[in-house]
Amino acid sequence: MADIIKKATRESYGEALVELYKICPELVVLDADVAEATKTITFRKAYPDRHFDCGIQEQNMMGVAAGLASAGKLVFASSFAMFAAGRAFEIVRNSIGYPNLNVKIGATHAGISVGEDGASHQCNEDIALMRVIPNMTVISPADDVEAKAAVLAMATHKGPAYLRFGRLAVPVYNDSATYKFELGKGVQLRDGGDVTIIATGLMVSEALAAYDELAKQGINARIINIHTIKPIDKDIIIKAAKETGKIIVVEEHSVIGGLGSAVCDVLSESCPVPVKKIGVNDVFGHSGPAVDLLKEFGLCAENIVKVTKEFTGK
Amino acid sequence: MDNQLKRKLQIDAVNVRMGIIEGVYNAKCGHPGGSLGLTDTLTYLYMARMNVSPDNPNEPSRDRFVLSKGHNAPVLYSVLAHRGFFPVDELKTLRRIDSRLQGHPVMGKVPGVDFSTGSLGQGISAACGMALAGKLDNASYRVYTALGDGEIQEGQVWEAAMFAAHYGLDNLVAVIDNNNLQIDGKITEVMSPYPIDEKFKAFGWHVICIDGHNFDEIEAAFNEAETVSGKPVAIIQKTIKGKNVSFMEDKAAWHGAAPNEEQYNIAMSELQVILDELQKGGE
Repeated sequence: MADIIKKATRESYGEALVELYKICPELVVLDADVAEATKTITFRKAYPDRHFDCGIQEQNMMGVAAGLASAGKLVFASSFAMFAAGRAFEIVRNSIGYPNLNVKIGATHAGISVGEDGASHQCNEDIALMRVIPNMTVISPADDVEAKAAVLAMATHKGPAYLRFGRLAVPVYNDSATYKFELGKGVQLRDGGDVTIIATGLMVSEALAAYDELAKQGINARIINIHTIKPIDKDIIIKAAKETGKIIVVEEHSVIGGLGSAVCDVLSESCPVPVKKIGVNDVFGHSGPAVDLLKEFGLCAENIVKVTKEFTGK
Repeated sequence: MDNQLKRKLQIDAVNVRMGIIEGVYNAKCGHPGGSLGLTDTLTYLYMARMNVSPDNPNEPSRDRFVLSKGHNAPVLYSVLAHRGFFPVDELKTLRRIDSRLQGHPVMGKVPGVDFSTGSLGQGISAACGMALAGKLDNASYRVYTALGDGEIQEGQVWEAAMFAAHYGLDNLVAVIDNNNLQIDGKITEVMSPYPIDEKFKAFGWHVICIDGHNFDEIEAAFNEAETVSGKPVAIIQKTIKGKNVSFMEDKAAWHGAAPNEEQYNIAMSELQVILDELQKGGE
């Protein structure tokens, strides 16, 4: 068996910005003293004149991004999810969302897999915070290939967008030669009729691993990757509900307000079926190695298998 | 300042003040006090200084103005209307459910409004972004913003102040409208931001202090600002909240309250007297 390549989507983000500038000369990248960690440093090394460090001031950075965008720039503003979506929320809402400006928020270190830094830095609320803002597009790529494609797709996307990247290296399951990113479209990765597992971000590769184990145990799960949480692909969700009758949503985010809630919003209106959410259950995290934390919080293939078996009764 | 220009601006300013009263009276709410205080500087900027055109409000090379103290929308709307960006009569629709003149300014909705504001402390950051864009493009446009003296209690203002100085945004001018009042009372009693001049100096800004109701001083300040290189400029102007409406002057209560019919009539007749005298003086 070939070795699985692993890469953190924040790495992909930094590399993709370099590519994006080649097709989008209006690009300006802002960071808030974490360029080494968000990997916008990769862009800074390539194009130092187009990268501005705002220091530790996320609120002003979002306002500066808005002003740059109002003057015709495509702006990527970066920090950790906690500070980009959390600290700067009201500026993102009023200075970027309300005037519908072309600012892309590149938020890294999302979720519990931040690891040892602990709960103060583990943002499990950003999807909820961002998807509630009118005009805001919310994207949560699953691997290196998808993350790069999502960043490059921003060349033609107008308006505010929030892109969520992770710190932890995750398996690269997409093939860059054939992968095509379609904003707002869910991706069915495996077919199955017993149950549907909808995942986003780094939970997609866990869902794929769960699929294999479930198959061995005679359960045919459909696996769907939702990389665009807003606007969400209603059709793929409703179709799955109709055809499989049960939905499990897995995300490295609070069970309140994230993808699970977005899926329930769709289903409760159009096709009510039982939904089981796997996520962070309204608690704060704590320090520890990322992989161990993911296991502890049930954000792993093993737990997806366990929940699926209970949920389907098989 | 040239006497003819000064008289024209003084007349314009009275008309702008009448537009503020008209808007707030018809809306039965809004923020007349600070708007009347900021009138002379905004009149000067839009009527005599800024490179803007009502025929092409989104011209990329235009000068920009961000009303960071967004609740002073009545004066921005009035000065834009009197500059020809939209009909003066529309000022009466301020805050109405079917009006584009929102309680706080929205870009893209009203011609001439360069940025959406209302939540205090945010406009100055956007102005920094515009000024940075101008630097990146080697553009000659200048960016102006106006903040309240209460507004600078917001921490984000000082983030922006640090940013503007760090990146040498000498194409940025921030007017600090120092009327010494905020909603809950005197700024010295609520949360003193003084000494304002020393704070901006310490943050690396070039600071000019003026009387914000004296057109000679206003013009001199903006002239001086254009000579400054490598630093952003703060113009700290002493103004009187409610200026030229006797019962509103220097009263915190008129921060966010509309005149009733009797008060409206008094305000308009007081402004009419000033207008008549100015017009007589020119004959």
